[in-house]
Amino acid sequence: MGGSPGAACRAVTERDLLIAARRRSDVLTTFFFFVIVVSLFPLGVGPQPDTLRQIAPGVVWVAALLAAMLSLARMFGADYADGTLEQLVLTPQPLTLLVLAKILAHWLTTGLPLVLIAPLLGLQFDLPGNALATLLWSLLIGTPALSLIGAVGAALTLGVRGGGALTALLVLPLYVPVLVFGAGAVTASATGMGAAGHLSLLAAMSLAALVFAPWAAAMALRISLE
Amino acid sequence: MLQARQIECTRGNRRLFQDLSFRLEAKQALRVGGENGSGKTSLLRMVAGLSPVEAGEILWNEARIAALGEDYRRDLLFLGHANGLKDDLTAVENLRHALALAGTEAGAAELRAALAEQGLGAVADLPVRLLSQGQKRRVALVRLGFAADKPLWILDEPFSALDAASIGRIEKVVVSHLQRGGMALFTTHQEVELAGAQVRSVELGVA
Amino acid sequence: MREMNWFKYSSPQTFYPLAGKMVPWFMGTAAVLGLVGLYIAFFAAPTDFQQGDAYRIIFIHVPAAWMSMFIYMVMAFWAGIGLAFNTRLSSMMAHALAPTGALMTFIALWTGAFWGRPTWGAWWVWDARLTSELILLFLYLGYLSLVAAIDDRRRADKASAVLALVGAINVPIIYFSVKWWNTLHQGSSISMTRAPSMASIMVAGMLVMVFAFWAYSIAAALLRVRCEIQDRERGAAWIKDLRKS
Repeated sequence: MGGSPGAACRAVTERDLLIAARRRSDVLTTFFFFVIVVSLFPLGVGPQPDTLRQIAPGVVWVAALLAAMLSLARMFGADYADGTLEQLVLTPQPLTLLVLAKILAHWLTTGLPLVLIAPLLGLQFDLPGNALATLLWSLLIGTPALSLIGAVGAALTLGVRGGGALTALLVLPLYVPVLVFGAGAVTASATGMGAAGHLSLLAAMSLAALVFAPWAAAMALRISLE
Repeated sequence: MLQARQIECTRGNRRLFQDLSFRLEAKQALRVGGENGSGKTSLLRMVAGLSPVEAGEILWNEARIAALGEDYRRDLLFLGHANGLKDDLTAVENLRHALALAGTEAGAAELRAALAEQGLGAVADLPVRLLSQGQKRRVALVRLGFAADKPLWILDEPFSALDAASIGRIEKVVVSHLQRGGMALFTTHQEVELAGAQVRSVELGVA
Repeated sequence: MREMNWFKYSSPQTFYPLAGKMVPWFMGTAAVLGLVGLYIAFFAAPTDFQQGDAYRIIFIHVPAAWMSMFIYMVMAFWAGIGLAFNTRLSSMMAHALAPTGALMTFIALWTGAFWGRPTWGAWWVWDARLTSELILLFLYLGYLSLVAAIDDRRRADKASAVLALVGAINVPIIYFSVKWWNTLHQGSSISMTRAPSMASIMVAGMLVMVFAFWAYSIAAALLRVRCEIQDRERGAAWIKDLRKS
């Protein structure tokens, strides 16, 4: 009688990962969107290697932002519709931790794939080796912040008209600092300056988001279910 | 013991009900009646703690439910209109996860047996999306069999989409729960007989 | 005793007439201060030897920018109060402030462009303040869109409060990161924060304009909150009496 918060969180994450495994198309479409958007830029800007090298950090990062945003509706949307969210909110465990478990599952299925494919895309833009490594690190450290901050936006707009576009409007301004330091880190690496400062700031942001966002998202979920 | 004192509910600009009070003690069931739109679901959600109490108070064992938080939720089982099942998971998986969240460990074999008791043995390992409305409802209701540790059951239209035999089975589960000392707050459009239990009624939407 | 006075005006019914009485005073103050400020801006302040007369637009640009940030914080404050204490009027005040805040941001952006054109030759420069103002505009628009999209008024109050608070925490972070981004990429060649060194008359002029904008913002917010009270409380008896009289 009465489980532990840890067991409940594990159940939440497992369930979401199981569903993602069964609905692979959801995960893959976000992934392919990322790849396609990144590949569009050379078509729009021209193939000069110097230009591409310069815009690569920004392009990859903006594409990561957009891909993260597209996937936000899935974080709570299905649960809201089928009544699972209600059950989650009524669980006798701290909702903040359960939300964190959901965000973890979301990041594993949307953020992590981007992190893994990004160096390959960076090669398309002829980024030097150390910049590719920084690209990987910056996305690894920064995409959790995107999932965390995005969770708050997703929770606020559950079942609301305007859906994805509204969530985008709410969340993109909040993503700006992550974008600035994420892309900045890669640019710094590519131009020979150290990226340590940027990466530390990025890590600080992700940590701050880790502390505050689940709690804010839990509050927003309760408000959305009223 | 559940107590509601002078609670009210407004949706949009309509006051659905006001000055509503009731008490629910062990072994008692309260049936909430009323036409569609009279606020039955709103009332149940308010008692469950999903919607804020606009006026008055709701007390569980003499303490306000807002203050109790987790402690209240531990004593509560809420089954709403929606089944709370994930379409892509099987009935067994759905139940296992739902129970894990509620703090109850249940093995797959145990769950299959419970599903079989409700006549769902054959579909226990199919994704829920392949089940009919009535079957989905019955899967959701299997949770009742594992909720003996939760004194208060709040059920919103538990019998919807069910055939007579299934209704009979669920009625028996609810009655045993009541006889063990539990309480139930439920809404239904059907004529339901909970034989051997104290059932009171309250009607909403009557001026 | 003190507590009673504090909460007396927290009900829409008592606040409504109070707000009505305050509006003309604030509007009048705004008009007077505005005229004084504009006089200083366009006549009393000397021509800058570096930027000519075009710089005079900063007497509108800077106060508008300050007000846009200040109003956001006040809005977040009232939204937070409304969320924490479940008071309707606080949330209504936040909703009333948002459009004025967005207007200030808009004015800051446009006047920034009008300053940039003769000074730097471009209608838009990605300087730190202008870029932050742009993002602040998006934050305001997000708030207004969320309120508009949610039908249930109480849910809209609470959800927009969470958004406003999250935004308020992020505003300094956003400003810092944009500032950093700007110095990295453009160096300090283009910066609107480097206004011509201030003669005291110029400082006076800007302060007068700030207060003018402040008084205007209060008046506009009070007017708007009265409209919102009329709308939200329309079922209440006192509103019906008001309409009849």
